[in-house]
Amino acid sequence: MKMILTIASREFRSLFLSPLAWIFLAVIQFLLAFLFLSQVETFTTIQAKLATIEHAPGLTDIVVPPLFGNAGIILLLATPLLTMRMICEERRNKTLSLLLSAPISNADIILGKYLGLLGLLWLIVLLTVLMPLSLLLGGELDFGKLFANGLALGCLVTAFSAAGLYMSCLSGHPTVAAMATFGLLLLLWILDWSSNLQNKHSELFEYLSILRHFQGIQTGLINSADLVYFALFSAGFIVLSIRRFESDRLQK
Amino acid sequence: MLLAADHLFRYYGKHCAVNDVSFSVAKGQVLGFLGPNGAGKTSTMQMLAGNLAPSAGQIQINGVDLITNPKAAKINLGYLPDTPPLYKELTVYEFLSYCAQLHGIVKTAITAAVDKAIVRCGLNTVEKRLIGNLSKGFQQRVGIAQAIIHNPALIILDEPTVGLDPIQIREIRALIRELGQDHGVILSTHILSEVQESCSHVQIIHQGQLILHETIAGLNQQMQTGILLLTTAQVADKTALLHIPGVTLVESISPKQLKIHHVISDNASERIAEFVINAGWGLQEMVPIKQSIEDIFINLTQSEPADDL
Repeated sequence: MKMILTIASREFRSLFLSPLAWIFLAVIQFLLAFLFLSQVETFTTIQAKLATIEHAPGLTDIVVPPLFGNAGIILLLATPLLTMRMICEERRNKTLSLLLSAPISNADIILGKYLGLLGLLWLIVLLTVLMPLSLLLGGELDFGKLFANGLALGCLVTAFSAAGLYMSCLSGHPTVAAMATFGLLLLLWILDWSSNLQNKHSELFEYLSILRHFQGIQTGLINSADLVYFALFSAGFIVLSIRRFESDRLQK
Repeated sequence: MLLAADHLFRYYGKHCAVNDVSFSVAKGQVLGFLGPNGAGKTSTMQMLAGNLAPSAGQIQINGVDLITNPKAAKINLGYLPDTPPLYKELTVYEFLSYCAQLHGIVKTAITAAVDKAIVRCGLNTVEKRLIGNLSKGFQQRVGIAQAIIHNPALIILDEPTVGLDPIQIREIRALIRELGQDHGVILSTHILSEVQESCSHVQIIHQGQLILHETIAGLNQQMQTGILLLTTAQVADKTALLHIPGVTLVESISPKQLKIHHVISDNASERIAEFVINAGWGLQEMVPIKQSIEDIFINLTQSEPADDL
């Protein structure tokens, strides 16, 4: 456990030693701020109309879910770029043997690297949560809903990075890993679109779709089925990564 | 016994890179691992360091099996691969403290361990600099520092002096000799004189097989197979010389210069000298030629290729 944290903290700090982490934080923050502002703008224009409707959606309903939904899509694009280099680049730079010849198990290495990256992604989620909180200056928020949205986005990046880590273990070149991760995640994101066709519902596709589970939590209804989906998704890819990492030693 | 490698095999697909290699290293030994490119040196070293799983065979480090109990075995192991595994974005000091942590050195002892490794490898002047900005020689030294920081019983160095200038090479050799006093060291190299200078044992691998395992002293003895360079005033009779007991081969360089191979045991050279004088060829010069380690290396690696191809 101590080794996992050692590797994780090194990984996390190394991200900030290059412009990589900073540029990610800056770009994502900028885009989300823009989307956030336009959402607030929408609210102020329709505020008068909303006042006339009974049980109208509040400030939180109008601003928060679209913001987090967009954040999910931005992270769908951005996470593969962060995960692609994790194992793959170390393999290419031949720095892996430092970890391989130290008294650490392969599971520790994978988990350490995974947690290190999750640190950055959770930081992005945290910064996203801070944005709606600024509305407290002049309004009121539904904290339960905000929490649910933060949780949904947190679960989402946890799953994204596990998939990305596995792709990084698989491929020999970072770009290949990024493309494969992006393809996989986008496919899982749009999977339930097909279920709208001709009124034919595919239960399996619906269950597999990340979007459905993400939106499920976003509504504020924290369903254990959705949480289990994300847990299984992440754990599955982590186990696959460890297995794949181990077989590296066998084949090469 | 610090290291016992037992019948190691390694296949890449159908290609057999390491074929039935067994050897051992004890404390205080510096084992030089020689071989032409592609002979299986690096594969063997990667297996010893736990970076590559052998297809068959056993490796024990300090009595602990590396394959069934890798974590415990790797505590006693320091490894410098052919490309030093360095994180270029860290400073030397940061990098070495990270390595110390990875090797499970307790927090309170990390500073002392890092300082010691820095002094040993002569990194004092660059400890605050980024590894990526260092010269190749210093990077190599950081690589060595990384391998010895946790004071392992067994140190494996894959071509430690590649890319260093002659002064640095001398320093590294001195360091290796010093390490060899209370650790076991395995180093691979192409440079044969390096083996003669810094190793106590030598082993040569060729096409995946060990073809020589000797102490340096034994090797030195083997090198004096006895070759005499004979210069005479008159033309000497080669066949007559061959009849002298102890002479195995006579090669002529020029009509008046001969190379005589002889058995080293009894005093063949004395008999040769006597014979030449008695024959009246006018003995002018008789010089023993010492065979270099290069010759042995080339002889061993080139003599027996054809049969398994």
